[in-house]
Amino acid sequence: MSGAILSGLGALFEGVRFLLAHGGPNVIMIAVACAMFWLAIAKGVEPLLLLPIAFGCLLVNLPLSEVMAEGGVLKTLYDFGIGNELFPLLIFVGIGSMTDFTPLLANPRLLLFGAAGQLGIFVTLLLALALGFSKEAAVSVAAIGACDGPTVIYVSNMFAGMDKIPTAMVGALAVAAYSYMALVPVIQPPIMRLLTTRKEREVKMPSPKGKVSKAALIAFPLVVTVITGIVAPKGLPLMGMIMLGNFMKVSGVVPRLANAAENEIANISTLFLGLAIGGTMAGPQFLTRETLMVFGLGLVAITIDTVGGILLGKAWYLLSGGKVNPLVGAAGISAYPMAARLVQNEGQRWNKHNYLLMHAMAANTGGQIGSVMAAAIMLSLLKGLGII
Amino acid sequence: MNNTVFGLTMLVVGMGGTLATLFLITLVIRALAAFFPVRPDDPEEKK
Repeated sequence: MSGAILSGLGALFEGVRFLLAHGGPNVIMIAVACAMFWLAIAKGVEPLLLLPIAFGCLLVNLPLSEVMAEGGVLKTLYDFGIGNELFPLLIFVGIGSMTDFTPLLANPRLLLFGAAGQLGIFVTLLLALALGFSKEAAVSVAAIGACDGPTVIYVSNMFAGMDKIPTAMVGALAVAAYSYMALVPVIQPPIMRLLTTRKEREVKMPSPKGKVSKAALIAFPLVVTVITGIVAPKGLPLMGMIMLGNFMKVSGVVPRLANAAENEIANISTLFLGLAIGGTMAGPQFLTRETLMVFGLGLVAITIDTVGGILLGKAWYLLSGGKVNPLVGAAGISAYPMAARLVQNEGQRWNKHNYLLMHAMAANTGGQIGSVMAAAIMLSLLKGLGII
Repeated sequence: MNNTVFGLTMLVVGMGGTLATLFLITLVIRALAAFFPVRPDDPEEKK
């Protein structure tokens, strides 16, 4: 009897024994989870994503946790919605429903900033290859330059599903992507000031005068879907889901579906995606040299995105005889609408009568399309090269 | 295909392809504006 009681008590302390014997990486990851809680709660850094990711990270790193074992709750969520790329795509339906393409349609030339803002993807790809990442891992890391969490998860998980990259890397990539998206207000302004002159920053751009008909707004998502399907079919699920969400919204005939996409579907998918991604952050697999390199390269990617946009803005400034404010180029990334607001604030900082918001919103929605298009083209190229 | 060739191919074709496709979309947007102009009586017109 006393032996059974002692065995029972011993079982209760099994976790403590595990922590003392092999739990170093787990303890570090629990500290990382606490840091993410602090960032999300105290600093308001991407709380919608960081909070569930951090909780998933906590759950998986508690000693003897079975949440990511076969049949465990996080493994079930992972298989149900990440392993088959479902959750990122559902989130894209919500993002499409939240996006207003009117400023872009009123000023379509600013869409080109959305291409320049993807420079970081391709330069980072080269850097990652030079640092010894495999082709698939390099593409996954480069996708952080899309400045778009669901795209990163979609691309990297595709490779994880083919056993071309470790599953733990998906977690590292997702956390890096969302962290840097949240840090855009810290990363971009110094680059804006470094690369532009005061005279360029003070350029006033008149409000766009073009108006957009409802028919054009309805036709736009359909046309972009068809173009993506023809040019880069491997990325059609990404672009198709964004455009579906937007199409439901602008059609005006299915407000319940549009609202559901924007709220319930996006919220539930975000929660499950965050938890499942957190579940991939088990200490022994997560704490590697590659994870550190992923974070370093992610920062490079977003920095070069900003540089690309601003350099195109500077070229445009010269070609237009000083009519385009190069700061608008910095909004050509996918962090919507944060990047557009930053450009507006930075413009007003140097010229109180400057209202760049509508131009920046056009470039910013261009960045959303550009990031998905760049990922779609990358995937189609990989298929064309016989790599996937 | 070695990594350098792969990376440069992705840079040139990927970046070029993204730029070209977005340029194509700007042309399409202009065409949409021409096909579907704003009418004075359009209650849904947006600026």
